[in-house]
Amino acid sequence: MERKQMKKNLICINCPMGCELNVDYTAKKIIKVEGNTCKRGITYAETEIFHPVRIVTTTVRVKDCSIPFVPVKTEKPVPKKIAFKIIQRASKITLHAPVKSGDVVIQNIMDSGVNLIATRSLARTRQKSKKNT
Amino acid sequence: MIKSVDALVIGAGPAGLAAALALRNSGVQNILVVERESVPGGILMQCIHNGFGLHRFKEELTGPEYAERYINAAGDENIIPLTNTAAIDIIDNGKTKIVILLSETKGLLEIKATVVILAMGCRERNRGNISIPGSRPAGIITAGLAQKMTNLHGLLPGKEIVILGSGDIGLIMARRLTWEGSHVKAVIEVQPYPGGLNRNIVQCLHDFNIPLYFSHTITKIDGDKRINKVHIAPIDTHFDPKKTGNFTLSCDCLLLSIGLIPENELSLKAGVALDPITRGASVDADLMTTIPGIFSCGNVLQVHDLVDFVSEEAEYCGKAAAEYIKGTNKKGKDIPVKTGNLVRYILPSKVKAGRSALLSLRAMTPAENVNLIIRTDKETLYKAKHRKIFPSIMLRIPIKEIPPLARYIEVLFEAE
Repeated sequence: MERKQMKKNLICINCPMGCELNVDYTAKKIIKVEGNTCKRGITYAETEIFHPVRIVTTTVRVKDCSIPFVPVKTEKPVPKKIAFKIIQRASKITLHAPVKSGDVVIQNIMDSGVNLIATRSLARTRQKSKKNT
Repeated sequence: MIKSVDALVIGAGPAGLAAALALRNSGVQNILVVERESVPGGILMQCIHNGFGLHRFKEELTGPEYAERYINAAGDENIIPLTNTAAIDIIDNGKTKIVILLSETKGLLEIKATVVILAMGCRERNRGNISIPGSRPAGIITAGLAQKMTNLHGLLPGKEIVILGSGDIGLIMARRLTWEGSHVKAVIEVQPYPGGLNRNIVQCLHDFNIPLYFSHTITKIDGDKRINKVHIAPIDTHFDPKKTGNFTLSCDCLLLSIGLIPENELSLKAGVALDPITRGASVDADLMTTIPGIFSCGNVLQVHDLVDFVSEEAEYCGKAAAEYIKGTNKKGKDIPVKTGNLVRYILPSKVKAGRSALLSLRAMTPAENVNLIIRTDKETLYKAKHRKIFPSIMLRIPIKEIPPLARYIEVLFEAE
């Protein structure tokens, strides 16, 4: 069984080109990748088959500023299967302005080893948040 | 009192900000950028997903992060957009243009400008553009409006969602709404190929097992106060619904992701001629419209797939506009650019003899193993093999020098 060879067709998501990859692999390793334009395609095939990851983006409540939500993202890609848990966790907290893009919002979110960070800077205002954009 | 500026930029999205920065870097001092929203950044502020900036910054940013880099860079150059201000008219006075602005704090303003750069972006096509039969209940909105509701206002547009059109915003919203707990039941695409980028099909639909029906359309919408059902049918080669294979999906929200149109009402008021295919201004190699001194760049000129290309185009435009102000813009004979086999459009529609040019083009339909050829009546200027081409992917080809004796430039795809 350790020798059993499998095939999978993937579309690389590293950049907008979306190369179509033909991957030959076993349960343990990648044997061959075809169809990639750059070497990121090979890394993508390996990660996507053995432990798929994604950057997760969502919003977090924020007070004392002109808008009610601040966008956030995982600083690095995290395992695909914990995306929902990350979003649920983020929905339960409230920040207070000022917020700076890059500020850590939740450290080591869901024990992923990755921080959730803010992606927009918001100044502190005394107005009530009634209007967006 | 009439205020005078060298350059007035309309819109502080990625195009307007990059154009203003390029003007400043080319030595133009007196620049005014106006923005109708309360913050600069344009549509990027609601695009909280990642994937922006791979070309420009060699890293993957979210929309607000990409915008903030340009807002800060502009701020460093003392370019602070005048927000909550709408440009409502442009009057062409020959050497100067008069732009009428309506500002929340300053009231009605009249600004004299040597150069006006149109950078107003685009807007979404909606139900009225495609005439779907049925009742007119609540719950039918464009994907971009759903994005604004979800990401900026924290409002969920629906719980059971059907998306018509596989444009990128629709795909991005399929993932966003799934993550927020809604059930996205299907994406319906009238064409036999996706409207958005491949990577978005993978990470927004495949990741969540959301079905994508190619060559299908919505034939009827049901619902009294709120939408409750859509009727879906496969279509034949004439885009007419077939009698067999029909099905219905219950839903409380229908998102439309059926294309974008450059927002050119203001340009038309000024008398700028539009290109019937791109629906943006018809421009020369300097991205100057048919009215000397009025330039256009970004999504108001042509709808882009990537903001990186918007920034690049706007920089090019800002630089050319600066040369126009200084009177150093290079003259040259205009040479028309023609579209050939499989090319939907090419921009600009004319280039200048003896000068460089940056051509943007889109394919008419998907195709495999073709050569992209750019040639004059005498010689081939560019030839490159493409394994696959899609209408959803804009190609940008720089040409070093347009041969001075060329009578025309033709761009076409040829089977290998």
